[in-house]
This record gives sequence, structure tokens and C-alpha cells, in this order.
Amino acid sequence: MTRSRRIVWTRIALVAGAVGGIELMCRLEVIKPLTMIAPSQMALELGRMIATGEIIAPAAYTFMEVGAAFVVSIVAGGALGALVHALPRLRRAVDPLLASWYAVPFFVFYPLLIALFGLNALPLIAIGVIFAAPAMMLSTLAGLDLVPRVLRKVARAHRLSRLQEARLITFPSAAPYLFTGLKLAFAYSLIGIIAGEFILSSGGLGYGISYAYESFENRTMYALMLFVLLIATGVNGLLHTWDGRLARRRGIT
Amino acid sequence: MLRGVTRIYPGATPVHALGPLDLDLARGEFFSVVGPSGCGKSTLLDVLAGLSRPTAGAVSFEGSPVRGEVPDGIGVVFQEDASFPWLTVRDNIAFGLRRAGTEPGDIARRVTYAIGFMGLDDFADAYPAQLSGGMRQRVCIARTLVLQPRLILLDEPFGALDQQTRLLMGDELLRLWRETGATVLLITHALDEAALLSDRVGVMSARPGRFIDFVSTGWARGRDSRIASDPGFGAITARLWAALRPESIKAMGRQV
Repeated sequence: MTRSRRIVWTRIALVAGAVGGIELMCRLEVIKPLTMIAPSQMALELGRMIATGEIIAPAAYTFMEVGAAFVVSIVAGGALGALVHALPRLRRAVDPLLASWYAVPFFVFYPLLIALFGLNALPLIAIGVIFAAPAMMLSTLAGLDLVPRVLRKVARAHRLSRLQEARLITFPSAAPYLFTGLKLAFAYSLIGIIAGEFILSSGGLGYGISYAYESFENRTMYALMLFVLLIATGVNGLLHTWDGRLARRRGIT
Repeated sequence: MLRGVTRIYPGATPVHALGPLDLDLARGEFFSVVGPSGCGKSTLLDVLAGLSRPTAGAVSFEGSPVRGEVPDGIGVVFQEDASFPWLTVRDNIAFGLRRAGTEPGDIARRVTYAIGFMGLDDFADAYPAQLSGGMRQRVCIARTLVLQPRLILLDEPFGALDQQTRLLMGDELLRLWRETGATVLLITHALDEAALLSDRVGVMSARPGRFIDFVSTGWARGRDSRIASDPGFGAITARLWAALRPESIKAMGRQV
């Protein structure tokens, strides 16, 4: 067995062991059912919610918000990253703001966002964008910074226009970093929106978890939490696999 | 080709990097440039290629002025690894041909020939990350040569390679030069490489770089690295070093 395969199996064994341990403690009521239900019960309840279609409406609402925040973050973050990269003076002004961005508790602006956008999905999408766009912007800046100067010279030696250079050399060269931006933007969009739905929302998975918590509906709450975890892990796993494949092709370890 | 060319990098303390210098290259000539570190060899190549504008003086290629754009017919190979890591060897080599709108059949034929010529047959569909440094440099050379440039500018293309590989790559370069009939300008820091490959070697002074000597080697066109055992090889290398030594000492900041 190769070293990397051993690491993967160790990782799987750790997660399976933790889940199995929780299952055992729940079954033996070391952990009381009012505190947590067994993982197998979470899975059964989630299966039931999927089968009855109960989960479709909150999941669709959340995915719509996450999708919108993700797309806006990618487009705006990527464009702003490229703009700031092209303007060194602006870069010097913006760098400290970006470095301290995640130290700001943006949820405190939620009432302001409601006042601006109204009581609908837009404030939540805005929260998602506020979280995710800077990650995309930082990744874009990192990617553009690391395009080797010699490749720009190659572009000129091949008499490429600026647009051709961007399309054929700059973008593919920066792609691994942009891909990291995509991964982070998805994670931050999801975190921002689920957390936002907890605070004030009338729909979505975050709202569903919060509502179930306040109503002592443990089975629903844990089933929804499991669903969010599975989605986040699944999407990140897919992106990670794709990213790894691209990185290996380029000799990036 | 170069007349009174000077290059000064502006700034709080302007850096006079090059010149004034004049240079004429004969069609089909293999010309090398040697000089101390930081003497402006790469600046010279950039100016000659049109990648950088001279502060003063004129650059021309085949009678047409070169003004901040690389003219058609000039191919450049850089010192650093300039292969595209996201493309296979085949696609790397085909890059310029596709941009030039060459017929797909012609692209396939020329790329296949270049892959074979460069000894990359077993790696045609590999990515640069799967190749050694020398093989990647061969990809970059092939990418330039498939465009059939009439003037090939090489900026220390073998700088990162070990001595044996450099000698063999030098042989390959000579073979390419003979087959294509192109004019070659090679920037190198290795005196033996310059003495071995060139028809003529230009020796540059410490910064600001100017030509202080031109050494004609008198080698036959069908030469290869075995001429290293020719007594004339040692004499040429000695002459290059005699011209270069005081300049290298200057460049190191010591008294001559």
C-alpha cells in the first residue's frame, strides 16, 4: 500500500471511528437523546425527509442563495482582483483592508442589509458575497502575481494581443489559484448563508435547523445538519479531487 | 542591425545598462555574446527582439526598424523555463503555429518533426511537469523553431543544465542551425560554449555593456562538440578570457 493510500485509509478510519463511537454512546444513552440522536437515526430521518420531499423547499431556497452568492462572488471577486492587480497604487491601498477583512464581524450589518434590500433573500446573498468575494479576490491576486514574467515575454514574442495574452497565457497560468478561489468562495458562501439564515430568515436549511432547535425537534435538526455537512463535504471533495488532478498534471504537490 | 543603441532604465537613480553599441549580424551566422554578470546581455537580447525599446539608437531587422514589438521572423528562447505547464509537449510546440493560423495538417507535420528532432517522441503527450529541465528547454526551443524564424535569439538557454547535457544540447542547436539556415544569436556566460558553437563571439564590457572585442572562431559549418579537443579551441577560449577577465573583475567591484 502506498503512503498516500495509507493516509487516506487512516483518515477514513478516523472519521468512521468517530461516527461509530458517537453511535455507540448514543445507543448506550451515554449521550442522552435530548442532546443528540444516533448518527444512524440522523441518516434514517434524512432519508425520510428526502423521500417525502420535505427537504426540497428549504434545500432549494438555500442552494438558490448559495448559488447566487457563489456566482456573484466569483465574477465580482475575480474582476476586482484583476483590476487591483492592474493598478499597483490601488493595490497598496487595498492590501491592508483585504488582510484584515475576515476580522470584521459582518453579521452586525445584517439589519442594515435588510434596510437596504428588504426582507427577502438579497440580504443573505449579500452576506454570502461579503464573505466569499474577498477570498476569490485574494486568490485572483495571488494567481496573477505568480504568472511567471517569462510567460509574459513569451506572449510578446508570439505577438499576442492583450486579450489573447489574458485568455491563452495569464488565465491558464493563474488557473490553479483561481480554482482555490472557487473552493473558498463556495465554502464561504455556504457558511455565510447558513449562518445568516439562523439569524433572520423565513426559509432555508439554516432557518430549518434553527426552527427545529427551538421546537426541540432533534430528529429534524440533526437530519438537516447532516444534510448540510454531506453537501459541503461532497462539493468540497469534488472540487478537491479536480484541483488535485490539475495540480498533479502541473507538478504542483 | 544595432546602431548606437543605448538602454538606460529610468528611476530615482537611472541605471545605464547598455551601450552605446553597434552590431551587424551576417545572414546565417552563429554569433554568441559573452560578458560579465550584469553587463546587459539580456537587455541586449530584449532590445534586439523588440521586447524593450532602446533609450537611444536604432534597431533594425532585415532593413525594417524594430520598435517595441517582436517582428515576424524573430524567435526567442529564454533562460527560464517558459514551457506552458497546462499544455502537453505537442500542444506547447504547436502553440505559435496555431496562433499564426497555420493549416492543421501542416501544424501536425511540423510538430511531429520537431518532436522527433528534439528526441521527445516518448513524451509527446506528457506535461512539462513530467519532464526534466533539459527536456522542457528542448520543448521551448522546438516551440520557437517550428515557426521557422530567420533570426533565433537564445538567452542562456542551457544555463540551468549540467555540463554534459549542455554539450549535447549545443550539438543539437548546431544541427538545427545547419538545417534551418537561420541566423543565431546566443547569449551565454560560458566561454567554452561560446567558443565551441559560434562563428563569431562578441565580448561585452562590464556595465554599461559595450562590445570590447569580436573573436572569429573559423570553425567549419559541420562542427560539433568534439572540436573541444582541437588545439584552436583552447586558444579561442583563452582569448575570450583575456578580454573578459578585467571586465569581470570590474563587475565584481575589484581593482584591475
